[in-house]
Amino acid sequence: MIADFTPVPALIGGALIGLAATLLLLATGRVAGVSGITAGAIAAPGPERDWRTAFLVGLIFGPIVFAFFGGELPRPLLPALPVIVIAGALVGFGTQLGNGCTSGHGVCGLARLSPRSLAATATFVAAAMATVFIIRRLEGI
Amino acid sequence: MRIASAALAGLIFGIGLALSGMLDPVRVLGFLDIAGGQWDPTLVFVLGGAVSVAAIGFGLIRLRAKPLFDERFHLSEATAIDPKLLGGAAMFGVGWGLVGYCPGPAIASIGFAGTPSAIFALAMVGGMLLHRALPESPSQAS
Repeated sequence: MIADFTPVPALIGGALIGLAATLLLLATGRVAGVSGITAGAIAAPGPERDWRTAFLVGLIFGPIVFAFFGGELPRPLLPALPVIVIAGALVGFGTQLGNGCTSGHGVCGLARLSPRSLAATATFVAAAMATVFIIRRLEGI
Repeated sequence: MRIASAALAGLIFGIGLALSGMLDPVRVLGFLDIAGGQWDPTLVFVLGGAVSVAAIGFGLIRLRAKPLFDERFHLSEATAIDPKLLGGAAMFGVGWGLVGYCPGPAIASIGFAGTPSAIFALAMVGGMLLHRALPESPSQAS
């Protein structure tokens, strides 16, 4: 059985993400990888921070604009605090070590037909699926 | 113009994430839970839509000599599929599977999703800073 499957908004939302990546590459010559942009917004030399910060501010306002025009936003239920902190740190450290995340490797890298990005994407999806599998077994669901 | 374009790109990215349903960690975990009997394939359609549009857009852009507001394209030329790449991707995948946030949705959730989501984003930045602080793995934020 399949739950909550919403292919049409998913395709349109995905297309908008692809459009955003296209716009960023056209305007700045940069790949829309959120992990790299976030790290660069904190640590890159001065002038290189500005466009990254602007992108992140836009990204934060995106859902708010979506809700303003009547879109529905989730009220996420997250696990216990220690799990949140450990998971966040793993995502931050891992995306830096592996040079990318779902947007950089998954969207932009696959769009460029990069074998390196395909290997990274296959690895993080497999690791995430294995993690969910183990957690759900431990929870007895 | 460079900054305004980046802000607009971020805004469109955030609206796309919101519309796609991928700001809800439960939906993401529903995709990752392939053995649970309630598999939610929505994320495949998000990624498919994004990659298709980006592939066409990138193909057209590469016909240009340079971007609109920079002297050159800044694209990774790395091709190595090495332990660093795969180890980093695996670490990221474990963190993603634990909560259901990858970096895009984590940042996009800061403005509306409450304190636990903001703590995730902060911990993520902490992990990035920790990586930068380690001498043997210099960061290449580009």
